[in-house]
Amino acid sequence: MKLTLKIWRQKNAKSKGNFETYQMDSVSPEMAFLEMLDSLNKRLVEADKDPVAFDHDCREGICGSCGMYINGHPHGPVPAITTCHLSMRFFKDGETVWIEPWRAKPFPVIKDLIVDRTAFDKIQTAGGYISINTGAAPDANNIPVNKQNSDKAFDSAVCIGCGACVAACKNASAMLFVSAKVSQFALLPQGRIEAKERVKAMVDMMDEVGFGNCSNTGACEAECPKEIKISNIARMNREFFKAF
Amino acid sequence: MALAGLFLITFLPVHLIINLMLLKSDPAPFTAAAHFMATFPIVRIFEVVLFAAILIHITYGIFLQIKNWLARPVGYVSGSKAETSFFSRFMIWTGSSVLIFLILHFINFYFVKLGLVKGNPEDFYNMARNLFAVPAYSYIYLVCFAVLGFHLYHAFNSAFQTLGLNHRIWTPVVKIIALFYSIVIPAGFACIPVILWILR
Repeated sequence: MKLTLKIWRQKNAKSKGNFETYQMDSVSPEMAFLEMLDSLNKRLVEADKDPVAFDHDCREGICGSCGMYINGHPHGPVPAITTCHLSMRFFKDGETVWIEPWRAKPFPVIKDLIVDRTAFDKIQTAGGYISINTGAAPDANNIPVNKQNSDKAFDSAVCIGCGACVAACKNASAMLFVSAKVSQFALLPQGRIEAKERVKAMVDMMDEVGFGNCSNTGACEAECPKEIKISNIARMNREFFKAF
Repeated sequence: MALAGLFLITFLPVHLIINLMLLKSDPAPFTAAAHFMATFPIVRIFEVVLFAAILIHITYGIFLQIKNWLARPVGYVSGSKAETSFFSRFMIWTGSSVLIFLILHFINFYFVKLGLVKGNPEDFYNMARNLFAVPAYSYIYLVCFAVLGFHLYHAFNSAFQTLGLNHRIWTPVVKIIALFYSIVIPAGFACIPVILWILR
């Protein structure tokens, strides 16, 4: 099939950037979206041009690297998948595909579609860990955890930190990410010990790095490739109030 | 902001009950209620809290909105196609419209009470009915209350989520109450100029 790609090209963090148009004449519907970009890059390299820079690593939907904003959706138009799992069969012949980087002040563009997501690392470093000795696996298995909490903690822990929630939110809020990280610990006995310090530190850092605020539009939940629920945000708010 | 908003939400039915007395041809009940609201000491304290809530809600809302705009200095060319609650996208604009109406409302009534604008503070009944006789004012009034309904629907749900009150069973119930409240309260206010116009 034939596609028209409108891709954001930006030489480096300081340059202005603009959309460039590329015609793709033989895209197979069986191709993955990133394979389609690979074929474009092959063509560009062969023509001695600068290939499109984009983040990717595992291509299995678990590393959270391949973040790009495709036709008005983070990770493209198909719900609950990452860009690397996006197949070209979801696009129509003759379609124009807009490909943009995540847009948020704390996620500055480094080159083309690659953004600097260090802001997430800063939040995680502020408190997204357990600093006490929790022992080895047998010790953890000796602590009874009710099934509901264990399931909820797992559902929160599947967040891959890709930043789609920030990209989707009209306020560029990171609350879904932070709340998932807060929740995965707050729901388990080992995490409760430092729960107060953790939520305060992570929320403070989230504000400090410049993310927006949640206005409960639900866009993050709708676009999250791992289907993290906004009930996590309510839990984080509860934890935050309890921390004072 | 959520707490201030919830407080303002609880005030609306009180105001509505008094306003509905405008529909009676006898001005005595409305005047008595207005006099009670203007003089009863507990209500006077409540008035201070109410103004504080309005101020907190507006200033904090504007502050957060500016912060949110600054968090995304460059927008998307392809826009956003995420499925979101429709009214949640326009809260700053629906809120601003309600604020414009509030300013108009203060000029017409509260400033009269304070002596800043000419008028008889003991005769709000006729002042209100005379204002509703002006078609342009009634149209603005109806539009503003429709917008208030949109604002209330998201605000009601959002306040509970912000306060961490999310529950598997109760959150859907809150959503139903929010829908009911955001229709009934604005409709109650809006029916007054419509009924007065029909009776005229």
